[in-house]
Amino acid sequence: MGFTRRFLCRPTAMFGLAVFLFIVAIALGAPLLFSRGPFSIVGMPLLPPGASGLLAGSDVLGRDMAVGLAYGARISLLVGIASTVCAAGIGVLMGAVAGYYGGWVDDLLMRVTEFFQIIPSFVLLMVLVAFLQPSLASTVIGITLVTWPQVARVVRGEFLSLRAREFVQAARVLGMGDAAIIATQILPNALPPIVVISSMIVGNAILTESALSFLGLGDPNLLSWGSMIGGSRSAMWVAWWTTVLPGACIMITVLALNFIGDGLNDALNPRARR
Amino acid sequence: MPLVSIQNLTVSLPSGADRALATEGVSLDIGRKEIVCIVGESGSGKSITAHAIMGLLPRGVAATGGNIFFDGVDLLRQPADAMRRRRGRDIAMIFQDPMAALNPVLAIGKQVSEQIRAHQRVSETQALKQAARLLGEMGLGEISLKAYPHQLSGGQRQRVMIAMALSLSPRLLIADEPTTALDVTTQAQILKLIKHIQTMREMSVLLITHDFGVVADMADSVAVMRHGKIVESGATAQVLGNPSHAYTRALIAAVPRGASQLPPVSQIRPVIQVKNLTKRFRRGGLFSSTPTTTALDDVSLTLGRGETLGVVGESGSGKSTLARCIIRLLDPDAGEVRLEDVDIAHMRSAALRPLRRRIQMVFQDPFSSLNPRQTVGDSLIAGPRAHGEDVREARRRAADMLDLVGLSPQVLQRLPHEFSGGQRQRIGLARALMLRPEVLIADEPVSALDVTVQAQVLKLLDDVRRQMNLAMLFITHDMRVAAQICHRVVVMRHGRIVEQGSTRDIFAAPASDYTKALLAAIPGRQAL
Amino acid sequence: MNRLSYIGARLVKTVLITIAVVLLSFFLIRLAPGDAATVMAGQSGYADEAFMKSLRIEYGLDQPLPVQLWKYVKAVAQGDLGTSYVRRQPVAAVILERLPNTLLLDAFALLLAAGGGIWLGSVAARRPGSAGDNAVTVLSMLFYAVPQFWLGMMMVLVFAVWLAWLPPFGIETMGADYTGLARLGDVAQHLILPGVTLALYFLASYARLTRAAMIEVADQDFVKTARAKGLSERQVARRHILRNALIPLVTFAGLQASILVGGSVLVENVFSWPGIGTLAFEAVQGRDNPLLLGIFIVTAILVSLFNLITDIAYSIADPRVELG
Repeated sequence: MGFTRRFLCRPTAMFGLAVFLFIVAIALGAPLLFSRGPFSIVGMPLLPPGASGLLAGSDVLGRDMAVGLAYGARISLLVGIASTVCAAGIGVLMGAVAGYYGGWVDDLLMRVTEFFQIIPSFVLLMVLVAFLQPSLASTVIGITLVTWPQVARVVRGEFLSLRAREFVQAARVLGMGDAAIIATQILPNALPPIVVISSMIVGNAILTESALSFLGLGDPNLLSWGSMIGGSRSAMWVAWWTTVLPGACIMITVLALNFIGDGLNDALNPRARR
Repeated sequence: MPLVSIQNLTVSLPSGADRALATEGVSLDIGRKEIVCIVGESGSGKSITAHAIMGLLPRGVAATGGNIFFDGVDLLRQPADAMRRRRGRDIAMIFQDPMAALNPVLAIGKQVSEQIRAHQRVSETQALKQAARLLGEMGLGEISLKAYPHQLSGGQRQRVMIAMALSLSPRLLIADEPTTALDVTTQAQILKLIKHIQTMREMSVLLITHDFGVVADMADSVAVMRHGKIVESGATAQVLGNPSHAYTRALIAAVPRGASQLPPVSQIRPVIQVKNLTKRFRRGGLFSSTPTTTALDDVSLTLGRGETLGVVGESGSGKSTLARCIIRLLDPDAGEVRLEDVDIAHMRSAALRPLRRRIQMVFQDPFSSLNPRQTVGDSLIAGPRAHGEDVREARRRAADMLDLVGLSPQVLQRLPHEFSGGQRQRIGLARALMLRPEVLIADEPVSALDVTVQAQVLKLLDDVRRQMNLAMLFITHDMRVAAQICHRVVVMRHGRIVEQGSTRDIFAAPASDYTKALLAAIPGRQAL
Repeated sequence: MNRLSYIGARLVKTVLITIAVVLLSFFLIRLAPGDAATVMAGQSGYADEAFMKSLRIEYGLDQPLPVQLWKYVKAVAQGDLGTSYVRRQPVAAVILERLPNTLLLDAFALLLAAGGGIWLGSVAARRPGSAGDNAVTVLSMLFYAVPQFWLGMMMVLVFAVWLAWLPPFGIETMGADYTGLARLGDVAQHLILPGVTLALYFLASYARLTRAAMIEVADQDFVKTARAKGLSERQVARRHILRNALIPLVTFAGLQASILVGGSVLVENVFSWPGIGTLAFEAVQGRDNPLLLGIFIVTAILVSLFNLITDIAYSIADPRVELG
């Protein structure tokens, strides 16, 4: 259909995809690449990159930064993808029902999404994670909870506008049932914006997860990029790599995801060329 | 010497467009105090020619050859600033959709005064006074200068546009399809206004249109364009009476005649009976105080097999709402819709589903009525499949149905975007006919099509109706189209039926004033 | 009269949201492990049942749920947000003390982001596809991807440590005791790094949105009409394109407010800015639930009030909005 070609044409999208796949590879291969986990002490603290054969140096406790970065990738990707899948799942369901059936269900959903848009979601997230006890699960649950309204809003909008399109009206006139109409007529046309917003959400989720672990609200038993930055605060002034490297990893991952998202957007909406 | 002399104008399009040149070697003269029409279908280059005179070609489109002489000065070779000074002062232009053409956040008084002040050193107060006078001349004296465009009707907005255009007494007024987006009665008023102004101010007018009826009413001379070239031009009477080019003949022949062709069908076996149908719309949510609009008010009619009943009305008349209530895309608030003996107006969807086979619909917008991600074949068999028909059998019938509407079976594998508007309407018709309905509702099926294609699709609809002995309900805003294809006609206004009867009777001797106004507004009724 | 009823309706909505926030907070407290009594008992060292029971009775925790809810709502309505476990002070007072600092930071960041972003976006939109436009797009994407807290730390590293141009933390130079204009200048100096850090993400947002809005508006028919009238390009750009492109930006500002508060929490932490953000962090560390929830309620109310203002501004900016 030309979609793959349109996507592959954009250099930024290709670059983003390549980087992202590389990071996924590192994350998956971390236990194979490194014999010891990220918490084991390998030498003196605050060794600069290159010293003692440490690719990225060591942190305040003398742990191998490179191992930490690789394992951190696992956490970021896991949280990012898991919370996106959950948020998208809930969001699509709610948005579809509200957009297609309208009425009080739609009114209710609109109130809920407005509510979540207005209240400071990060503060709510802090409260939730703090109260549920910081862990991987509570992070994913929390991010899912504050993100699904965004997806629901977009899906609702799409369903609403598609439902009014003449080919959907035609399907009703032909006698197709609601489920068949949603599945064969509406969803395939609503998929592009859902895909695009999902790729954006993964990036956002990674940023949010790192913010939470920076503040000490991440899983205390797991090392993530955010907690690496948080732990390096005291050493930042003398050992720049303890802060710069994990942050750079976050930035590159999110940037890659945003490039992919932009590429998908352009490939799926060839009209929106500017 | 003519006021405007376009000589050999060639305008090129950016790469990736469906052809290289928008116009090719176009030559045209506009005399002083003359009304010239350029007529053509979509993609003919008529609009581009008009924009080229104003120097308003869109990005990527440029005039690459020829001259446009305005009073002896070649506009194409003028520096940008000199051209800007001419715009609005020597040459003015009005566009097709007045809602989109007016800045939504500026009051109309300001929009007029802004143009005056762009060319003359006057204070805001003086400019506003002039604006008030101009708007009064256009028949808008009652409207406040502080009104916003969205508060006005379509006709009023176009009058504002005209007031703006005339504010500095230009010598040339370019009107790019100025009435296409307006109701028929409003259209007649605006065209009359333009003619009146032209006489009063001794202006030249260049009128772009796709409707030969408008040409007949308005133009002193006409140029016919096709695929970027002028195929024929000359005095209107000459071109109309004695067209030399085949395309011109086709265009003139394609204009639906205002004279009815079809006798009423005797012995109608009513298959649809609408009784006291009422539909109201309430806008806003729980806390809104917006009043309800009554879209349908106690409407009753019958439709029989073998006949085509036209429902004619302007926008807001309720004709589309009527169609949608009959086919249950909307739920009526009161009244009956009897499909032979069964009242389907308030039936639940489960009971309604099997009955849906018997009433089908052809929609208005060919670019929105087919699922862009489904092949034509899948779209065609979707209906039969939903009613339990075997896939292979449905596919076989689909191929036959395509043949019936004049398309080849290879179309089955293709996607909608590969087809033109006319072809898509044929596919939409095939889709509706796949269920072998008894009733076919056609909701403005040709309004979005070019005139020559319109004629073909209308003929197809008529043939299909006869062949399959359908009862057809034909919704349209165009009386001429109704006359062409309908046996009987119902005229609607503000949700009520104003008049109904056989097409012949209504056209020959309309009873209500409104119908008379509708008929009088038909462009070119006398000349054609 | 119409505008008044519009404002009235929006005001009602704000009140409803506030009530929903308070209700949500009440139920969130139930989520916390243990209850107030456990926490306080744990802190004071006594853990025997009798003491816990007396604590519960003292704080009304033994009452049935609806009664507790009603008391809570009544208290909040009167401005009583409970007492901080750690500080033993009324939460409302603690928050009020730090609130102005956060408002200062947020207001500065918002103005910087909106002003800078709109300007950048309109410049980029004037020549789409040019080098300048691409630069703006690339920079925007970069700032979207950067974690704000990390950016803050980088800013400190570069501007406060390596270049030593600006102070690295706090709102005022400690122990300096400036007054009047000197104090203003000192605070201003301290405001720059955290303010810019906070602003950059939103600057990118505004720039992108302005650019997209202007390109879309520039395509519309009424812009063509403006040119047909003979207006100069500057007049067309300002009065017709920008004026219409700004409309969606007003609502956008309202939506951004809630994200701004979140970003504020992070940035304040990095720069040790004595505002609500650092207060929230302390509350998390010290398991000071009433304080944390009090911050949630106050920030939610502030943001919804801000949204009320932007809604009203929107209705003024766009005359097509149906009032009443």
